[in-house]
Amino acid sequence: MLNPDSVGRTFDGAESVTVSQSQIDAFCAVIDEKNTSVAPPTFAIRISLDQSQAILSAPEIGLDWSRLVHGDQKFDIKRPIVAGDSFTCSSTIESYRVAAGNEIVSVRSDLFAANALVVSTWSTLVVRA
Amino acid sequence: MIEVGMKIEERVFYIDRAMLKAYADASGDQNPIHQNEEFARSVGLPNVISHGMLTMALVGKFVSDWAGSSSAVKEFSARFVKPVIVPADQKVDLTVSATVSEINGDQIKLDISATSAGVKVLGMSKAVVQK
Repeated sequence: MLNPDSVGRTFDGAESVTVSQSQIDAFCAVIDEKNTSVAPPTFAIRISLDQSQAILSAPEIGLDWSRLVHGDQKFDIKRPIVAGDSFTCSSTIESYRVAAGNEIVSVRSDLFAANALVVSTWSTLVVRA
Repeated sequence: MIEVGMKIEERVFYIDRAMLKAYADASGDQNPIHQNEEFARSVGLPNVISHGMLTMALVGKFVSDWAGSSSAVKEFSARFVKPVIVPADQKVDLTVSATVSEINGDQIKLDISATSAGVKVLGMSKAVVQK
């Protein structure tokens, strides 16, 4: 179960993540996107879910990622991600509730490059009972 | 001329197991429910299912193509209401369409519909593009 003290708090990722052109190319190839000069709109999930998982799996926060289902997803894109962007991520647990034994957690993750916000993502994650 | 209520032509994408593997590698999401039928069934799913985020990536392609570029997409959201079920050796459809719901200057809001095998798979899916 999630530690209720975590709700409303923001956690910063320890490491920065640099996007490579080959990562953008691979993502574009799956959806047959020919323009690989920028990342497709949902590419940010590759960074934000990984980062928020690393942040929110910490024992003192207690989110169990092994039983997780994605409920909904939103992106707010200030500018497209490009190769060479180096991101730090901060994740905030915006809300938490338990319904029929399932834990429902809303996480906002902000990706910053060179101190500027590039993409915000909101994920509702359901930890199944 | 883009007007509120304008419909964007429906487009069909096809998803198969090879695409799920490619998306798993490209996204880093190697959850076995998207690749291993036995595992998927063991956790109560009818079969292997698509990554919700792959479904969303394909809808993102639909939106990007209409807007002219990936760079034009400013906001994008969806609720994963039903899984896209991907049996072995089959290509399943992801059928996407959209309607212009709002225009604010150069920002155009779309209400998006996405179904697979006739079942609605995304709910409340919206995008804002700059055109």
